[in-house]
Amino acid sequence: MKEIVIISGKGGTGKTVITASIAALTENKVMGDCDVDASNLYLLLHPEIKETHQFYAGVIPAMDKEKCTNCGRCQEVCRFDAIKTINGQVIIDLVSCEGCGVCSRVCPVEAIKMQENHCGEYYISETKYGTLVHARLGIAEENSGKLVTLVRQNAQEIAEKKDAQLIIVDGPPGIGCPLIATLTGANLAVIVTEPTLSGLHDLQRVVKVGQHFNIAMMAVINKFNINLENTTIIEKWCEENNVTIAGKIHFDNIVTEALVKGLPVVEYSDNSVSKEIKEIWNRIHVKIK
Amino acid sequence: MIISIASGKGGTGKTTIAVNFALSLALAKNKRRNVQYLDCDVEEPNAHLFLKPKISNVNSVNIAIPKINDTKCNYCGKCAEVCMYNAIAVTKNKVLVFPGLCHGCGACMLFCPEKAISEEGKEIGIIEEGKADSIHFIHGRLNIGEPMAPPIIREIKKKVNYKKDTITLIDAPPGTSCPVIESIKESDYTILVTEPTPFGLHDLKLAVEVLKKLDIPYGVVLNKCDVGDHKVEDYCNKNNVPILLSIPLDKEIAIAYSKGIPIVQINSFYKNKFSQLLDKIVDDNCE
Repeated sequence: MKEIVIISGKGGTGKTVITASIAALTENKVMGDCDVDASNLYLLLHPEIKETHQFYAGVIPAMDKEKCTNCGRCQEVCRFDAIKTINGQVIIDLVSCEGCGVCSRVCPVEAIKMQENHCGEYYISETKYGTLVHARLGIAEENSGKLVTLVRQNAQEIAEKKDAQLIIVDGPPGIGCPLIATLTGANLAVIVTEPTLSGLHDLQRVVKVGQHFNIAMMAVINKFNINLENTTIIEKWCEENNVTIAGKIHFDNIVTEALVKGLPVVEYSDNSVSKEIKEIWNRIHVKIK
Repeated sequence: MIISIASGKGGTGKTTIAVNFALSLALAKNKRRNVQYLDCDVEEPNAHLFLKPKISNVNSVNIAIPKINDTKCNYCGKCAEVCMYNAIAVTKNKVLVFPGLCHGCGACMLFCPEKAISEEGKEIGIIEEGKADSIHFIHGRLNIGEPMAPPIIREIKKKVNYKKDTITLIDAPPGTSCPVIESIKESDYTILVTEPTPFGLHDLKLAVEVLKKLDIPYGVVLNKCDVGDHKVEDYCNKNNVPILLSIPLDKEIAIAYSKGIPIVQINSFYKNKFSQLLDKIVDDNCE
């Protein structure tokens, strides 16, 4: 069983669009959407949710205002500027709170209790293309890395049960904890980039993260015809840094047409973008064997 | 005034809008303003590629990681008990610290009965400060392999200039979780950049929920407005969300962007459009 994660560094390069098409081209696999705070893959795969699980992580403080003497000891120890005194009253800002529990422990009158934090949900669903594990992180919540890990773990367990050969994961942008939680232990990372200065800059950073965690990598240059010079620069840089180019995709409005229709591009029509994605998948498939 | 530029969905054009907005404010002939640009996308900062600032100041950003004094430690395990992040593990004769999980809250140090824990700084990234013409520019970079962006974003936000004649633009990262919250909280207004597609609409709705939770007024900039469908526009009209600016899919913009050239520098039509953005925000904010 092999796990392929599709990442990008820069947002909006086309990870989800490409993941959905790969889902349509492959069989005997399980899918995961690890972009837990802006989860879009389901908009193209149209899942039927079979199981909903609640996600609890960390703790949040609950203050008993009757017990609180406004001594401010909690404010003194809070490292995250989450406790303020306004008009003589001590107030906890739950948005800034990082759930360390120190305020609760130092309070001389035990006015602050730490409660389990409900951060979101994750779902096991069935789609036309196979099982999909996806999630929704609560608004303004932390612990996205933990939720990503849960999505991957569930995808792995289901793949084992179903004897699936492949796990395909739609990853988040960036290089922080959600990306790291998506990347570690994956068999292959496919990085979707674009021929812009931003695309190149962000590709370089995410490749360094992949190298840091010893992950095999390939790159796809999306919308490559916008800037052929930059495309060549990216190809050269990838070659120098042991990143195989899986392929290039033309910029074409047909991608948006398919998106609006809620279909993976390869299912929407047999067009040049579909052909390019099929060739890319073939190269990835060869690499992963 | 502090205006943040966010989106939910990645790649909608936050940095494009923020950079061009900053330039149009700084270079306005009728009213020059003091402009700050804070690029809070510390995982993948891009604004410097367009604004090309001259960096004058580089500072390390450290978080406080526990340091165990082995002679004082009796392996009681209290530190592991009070750590809410599983960043400390204690065995019979060893204490293991996992720096990547540590939030630097100080609990272990505070509650160690033997006073065996002190703190040492661990660099997780840097902040760079400089000038791009008259624009005061600050951005940060998370070190490769480090998981947590918010501590660097907090350091960047400390540079906000609250003087009345200053406009601070905050270029936020994509998404809706803690790095975005840290970037945009306490803004006076947020511009949400989106695109007229199902992904754009879905993530716009999430971003709106975030702004409602933070109690920040907002408006939308609709990028690539002539492709896709009308559902974002319908959503905005139905929910009284002002569309401050609509920009069509324009090959000239795309090519300039790919080369790191802000569109207001080469196209007077867009220069004009962006120069009207602040008035629209102020009008909307006053209503």
